[in-house]
Amino acid sequence: MKSAFVSLTAVLFITACASTPPAEPAPTPAPAPTQPTPPPSTGPIAPIPPVPGSVDEFNKTAGNRVFFDYNSAQLTHEARAVLSRQAAWLNHNGTTRILIDGNCDERGTREYNLALGARRASAARNYLVNLGISPSRISTISYGKERPIDGNSNEAAWSRNRNAHTGIVSGATS
Amino acid sequence: MRLLLTFLLISFATPALATLEIDISKGHLDPMPIAIPDFVGASEPEREIGAQVAELVRTNLERSGLFRRLDPASFIEQQNNINIQPRFADWRVIKSDALLSGRLVMESDNRMRIEFRLWDVLAETQLVGLQLATTPENWRRIGNKISDVIYQKLTGETGYFDTRIVFISESGPKTDRVKRLAIMDQDGANPTFLTSGKYTVLTPRFSPTAQQITYMSYATRTPSVFLFNIETGRQEVLGDFPGMTFAPRFSPDGTKVIMSLVQGGNSDIWVMDLRTRQRQRLTSSPAIDTSPSFSPDGSRISFNSDRGGSPQLYVMNADGSGIHRISFGKGRYSAPVWSPRGDLIAFTKSLNGKFHIGVMRPEGDVERILTTAYLDEGPTWSPNGRVLMFTREPRPGAGPHIWSVDLTGANLQPVTTLGDASDPAWSPLIQ
Repeated sequence: MKSAFVSLTAVLFITACASTPPAEPAPTPAPAPTQPTPPPSTGPIAPIPPVPGSVDEFNKTAGNRVFFDYNSAQLTHEARAVLSRQAAWLNHNGTTRILIDGNCDERGTREYNLALGARRASAARNYLVNLGISPSRISTISYGKERPIDGNSNEAAWSRNRNAHTGIVSGATS
Repeated sequence: MRLLLTFLLISFATPALATLEIDISKGHLDPMPIAIPDFVGASEPEREIGAQVAELVRTNLERSGLFRRLDPASFIEQQNNINIQPRFADWRVIKSDALLSGRLVMESDNRMRIEFRLWDVLAETQLVGLQLATTPENWRRIGNKISDVIYQKLTGETGYFDTRIVFISESGPKTDRVKRLAIMDQDGANPTFLTSGKYTVLTPRFSPTAQQITYMSYATRTPSVFLFNIETGRQEVLGDFPGMTFAPRFSPDGTKVIMSLVQGGNSDIWVMDLRTRQRQRLTSSPAIDTSPSFSPDGSRISFNSDRGGSPQLYVMNADGSGIHRISFGKGRYSAPVWSPRGDLIAFTKSLNGKFHIGVMRPEGDVERILTTAYLDEGPTWSPNGRVLMFTREPRPGAGPHIWSVDLTGANLQPVTTLGDASDPAWSPLIQ
């Protein structure tokens, strides 16, 4: 780009001087060849680990939501893995208490979905209890189809909205 | 809240045998043409309210789909005295089958009196003559009462115009929805909020006296069935149940509320006596049992259960015995509601990605689908069992609104609400 600019300037200079006697142009020194500056290397720095025992740590290391198939409260393989990590964290942070809320997609009627959400919350709760979490630390609630996390109306949104969400309600490090 | 309305027969003439009658059980019929001139009055304020009342009656009757209002501009006879016989020939010329003549009189103590006569134009007879008295701001109730009288006289069935709808008013994004308990007249007039929107409220239903509403609220730590007294505004949690309660409905005599209770993640049906506060468990299956609804004689209960593997409709006796499935068609059935006439159960059905409102007999046969949309759900019956209101989301993301449809499947139309609205419940006729 730089060299193109130089030669264009030279052409304009010659044209402008066409009517005047040509003068010997002063010899210009050839530009020194330049090396392109290498771009700065980028890369992540090590993330700050979540504060042990914090809600942030729970959400990042265990995961706070498990998902269900349509009209089902069966725990999937993936859901069991998340709940196992939740149980490990809860065992390690024994003074925390949780609220599990069960949720449904919009393709069911309101009251049936309240019942289905209760069943989903209960499925997650029972799995944690079987892994040694005291039932006294767990509350459950159903929101039916009233609390979607994705407001769209398509298959992807519906699958996100069919879930049981585990919230730490007390005892976590802030 | 209860309003003083007096009805006095002002004509004691031998009632003529009504030759004019609409058969409303037919699916397709020609609406009956009716002429309703503005009600006459001696003063400008009287004529002003008289015109409003007449317009309300015209709108009500036409909305029913059974009547066709004639354009007042076509009227030949201009009545200024309703106490002399109309010139029937003038009304026959414009092809009016019925004529309503009304008069409004302001009385001294902030009260007004409305007199009206309904005429059979062809038979040249008076079908009914009544007077009603109330306060002027109450003119809508008068218009609704008159509409009910005409409907009853000309169809032989009780009307449904002097009624109200309790519903959920919705606002805000889907992921952070505000839901408020609200009430309005059956035509959408006089909308009033009953709760602030701080807590989610769902599925309101009237008591048989229309003085109380039972609904579900998240105002308590464990979401619960509530009672709301319309007269006093008082709200209370119904019972001290060991878990979430939802899907409440009054018994037909108003002495009990039936609902679902969640225990260990499982929903069963319970009934609570409002006087003794005693509760009784009616179902005990590991399946979902919800959306209970009494038959109008109180002897049976329809409900929704997935005990057979998918959501279907069931009927049992009021004591929980004799449970049997009644829905056997394709699709998933829910939200059964027994007709006030007792002859049908309305329901929500989902099939192939669409939702429908339908009706079937309590025996489970003669199923008819009345509506189809992306989401139609939660039917509620007019007190005469002829019209259903329900929640409709016509397209994905369009937001819910209240719609109504006749039992015949005809006359599908939206009900005007301010903003999004869902979960309508129809009151009985107001006393």
